[in-house]
Amino acid sequence: MGRLAPGITSGRLSAADYDANFSDLHPPLDKHEALVASDRCYFCHDAPCMTACPTSIDIPLFIRQISTSNPLGAARTIFDQNILGGMCARVCPTETLCEQACVRNTAEERPVEIGRLQRYATDTAMERGVQFYKRAASTGKKVAVVGAGPAGLAAAHRLAMHGHDVVIFEAREKSGGLNEYGIATYKSTGDFAQDEVNYILSIGGIEVRHGQKLGRDFTLAHLEGQYDAIFLGIGLAGVNGLGVEGEDLAGVEDAVEFIAGLRQARDKASVAVGRSVVVLGGGMTAIDAAVQAKLLGAEEVTIAYRRGKENMNASEFEQDLAASKGVTIRHWLQPKRVLGEGGKATAIELEYTALTANGLAGTGETVTIRADQVLKAIGQTFRVEGLGALEMKGGRIAIDAEGRTSHPKVWAGGDCVKLGEDLTVTSVAQGRDAAESINRALAGAARSAA
Amino acid sequence: MADLRNNFVGIKSPNPFWLASAPPTDKAYNVERAFKAGWGGVVWKTLGSEGPPVVNVNGPRYGAIWGADRRLLGLNNIELITDRPLQVNLQEMKQVKMNWPDRALIASIMVPCVEEEWKAILPLVEETGADGIELNFGCPHGMSERGMGAAVGQVPEYIEMVVRWCKQYTRMPVITKLTPNITDIRKPARAAKAGGTDAVSLINTINSIVSVDLDSFAPSPTVDGKGTHGGYCGPAVKPIALNMVAEIARDPETYGLPISGIGGVTTWRDAAEFLALGAGNVQVCTAAMTYGFKIVQEMISGLSDWMDEKGHRTLDDITGRAVPNVTDWQYLNLNYVAKAHIDQDACIKCGRCHIACEDTSHQAITHLVNGVRHFEVKEEECVGCNLCVNVCPVENCITMVPLAAGALDQRTGRTVDPTYANWTTHPNNPVAQRQAAE
Repeated sequence: MGRLAPGITSGRLSAADYDANFSDLHPPLDKHEALVASDRCYFCHDAPCMTACPTSIDIPLFIRQISTSNPLGAARTIFDQNILGGMCARVCPTETLCEQACVRNTAEERPVEIGRLQRYATDTAMERGVQFYKRAASTGKKVAVVGAGPAGLAAAHRLAMHGHDVVIFEAREKSGGLNEYGIATYKSTGDFAQDEVNYILSIGGIEVRHGQKLGRDFTLAHLEGQYDAIFLGIGLAGVNGLGVEGEDLAGVEDAVEFIAGLRQARDKASVAVGRSVVVLGGGMTAIDAAVQAKLLGAEEVTIAYRRGKENMNASEFEQDLAASKGVTIRHWLQPKRVLGEGGKATAIELEYTALTANGLAGTGETVTIRADQVLKAIGQTFRVEGLGALEMKGGRIAIDAEGRTSHPKVWAGGDCVKLGEDLTVTSVAQGRDAAESINRALAGAARSAA
Repeated sequence: MADLRNNFVGIKSPNPFWLASAPPTDKAYNVERAFKAGWGGVVWKTLGSEGPPVVNVNGPRYGAIWGADRRLLGLNNIELITDRPLQVNLQEMKQVKMNWPDRALIASIMVPCVEEEWKAILPLVEETGADGIELNFGCPHGMSERGMGAAVGQVPEYIEMVVRWCKQYTRMPVITKLTPNITDIRKPARAAKAGGTDAVSLINTINSIVSVDLDSFAPSPTVDGKGTHGGYCGPAVKPIALNMVAEIARDPETYGLPISGIGGVTTWRDAAEFLALGAGNVQVCTAAMTYGFKIVQEMISGLSDWMDEKGHRTLDDITGRAVPNVTDWQYLNLNYVAKAHIDQDACIKCGRCHIACEDTSHQAITHLVNGVRHFEVKEEECVGCNLCVNVCPVENCITMVPLAAGALDQRTGRTVDPTYANWTTHPNNPVAQRQAAE
């Protein structure tokens, strides 16, 4: 055992190291810090930060509320637009959204710390257990929500607010979706994802049925008969494969599974990691997997991405974070084959790539990197059964601007649709807006029936 | 190098920065530290009559308001005059003056409005070697309830009477400190001059309640559940002080009367502004109480560097230079036209100029141009009010640009008239002075 043990093994670090490595990346602001940070906001007109936020949170207003010692008022301003404002405060790539748009960036290249201020406000309300929303009188309408991820939760909360009876069907044991299973541990410590789920569900009128998987336990056709409307927030169940020799060797894993396993592990010392880890991909998942592999004690962690730095989906901040943790990021390399001994991966052979007239192509030159663990983070795909003849677009469910699918009783949002970026905050916006659309449709139906 | 030496009614100091009579000048320990830091002079905290000294509250004495980042903008206090025995103060003053002969040491005095009281204390003060006295007719709290401080300063006849006694019973220069808690500051200044004062100093603090504790529903500072009005000072009062200084400086009856400027002086720039409006020197308190005595070093270097840059050699080159440019509204040139101009390279696109103008003024700044966030002045709507300049967070991003004579004012459709014309002759003025021919 120990730090340099070969192969994939757990317990590489001391208990203290695990604690330090998996503590909050951005510790919460205390009151004084929040007041100092909030004083920097200019209360812009038609604020660029607000425009940049997929959920259009009134950022200048909530920051002003913090600055006047009214954090609960600030929390309400946030939750009005985004009931998952607590998680978004932790995981949003603010450096490419609100904080990038902040005029303080133009002025002095140092934005107002919007994400951390949002966390200050939402944490204050959630820690005190303050609820801002009440369920409206029951409409008698029943809505099924498939998937208890950010989109489904946002939709369910908004539907409950309007008095509809909501049943959420969730395939996994816990609610939260990627908030529970897919986020780097240091971005959301403790059991925040479950705390947030409980906070959202406490509005009442929402029943969650776990272990209910679309296509396995029920189909869309089943729901149609029993519910007045259906919202699909089913995410992306599939993971892209490498399609190269050696992919079936032990030690070649999906990065999302690695992240989920780490997230669910109470004791990080129980999570096994290779001594030499290679992560394939260029998005946030690749960064999260690579950084956490390093934090678990891997000696060397390399991200190999088939295109250039400028093509990476991971933000500049995320790339810098990885570098600061000791992750090596290499560009213009694509996997050629995984090498192994005794059924276990030992190395990966990568081929150099270049842009040609016909697009990206291998150059024929290769490099071999030691790897007893290879984590695949080359994208997730929409893969689900039981949907029937729902119209698809770009490999995902096709929707219009308010989230309506080709089926008149079915709405969809989140990663399972192709509209906007695959971010928690985008999913929340789509879930919320679909719920409003459903509410309008149900109200219209009620009126015409009367 | 600019010469910052100050000669104020014959009192010499190496620079024009004096500490005002206040807590920082209550005893030798503080004053020694101030002189070491470089202050040109001090007005010792106000002395009272011989006998049992006054007592202060034993709870909070100060309250404040703050700007962004908790910058102290205004301070108020309910402290009284010195609560130490007269003899202790006198001994310390004498010692300090001996230690620092090149610095100005002024004694602030407040005794009851009785001739014998003034006659008794003046020789004692004179014996310390103090360079002059300042009559505290300004303190607005506590002492005024006992018929002293502002209670005297609000009655010009009393001012004249007491000043006359002082001029009669001491050879020391007399500076009369005025309260701003009065409608027309020129009246007490004229009274002081009539009594023979050598100078006036102003402003003392302003009656104020700085805040209310919303849990106890009591004004702060709160002493056992109750509060009282205190004296307000600090950067927030500077505009009020500047106006009062200017009013005295330009009043024909007090024109030329030396003025020691007080009220929110925090930087060299504040000091230069007081000098320009007619002050011979300045007195500082809140800035020192906020940041410590070292701030005088910034004031000295800032004033000196600015004078060098502008070619001003001595303080006399500055004092009163802005007084001729202070006038009444009715004499402002109504033919002068200026328009706001936004420097697009400096603009950070916060939009505050737009919303201030759109919501509260003249709808003269764009928000979107061709669908793009862009802030630009619509000259045909701009009245040149300057609000956008004042709300812009970036210095010099928005400036007021005068239209040249003959240029077209797009708002009025008229060309700019090069001649000077004010309200007194304006056709819309029912009492305008008409041409003799009419």
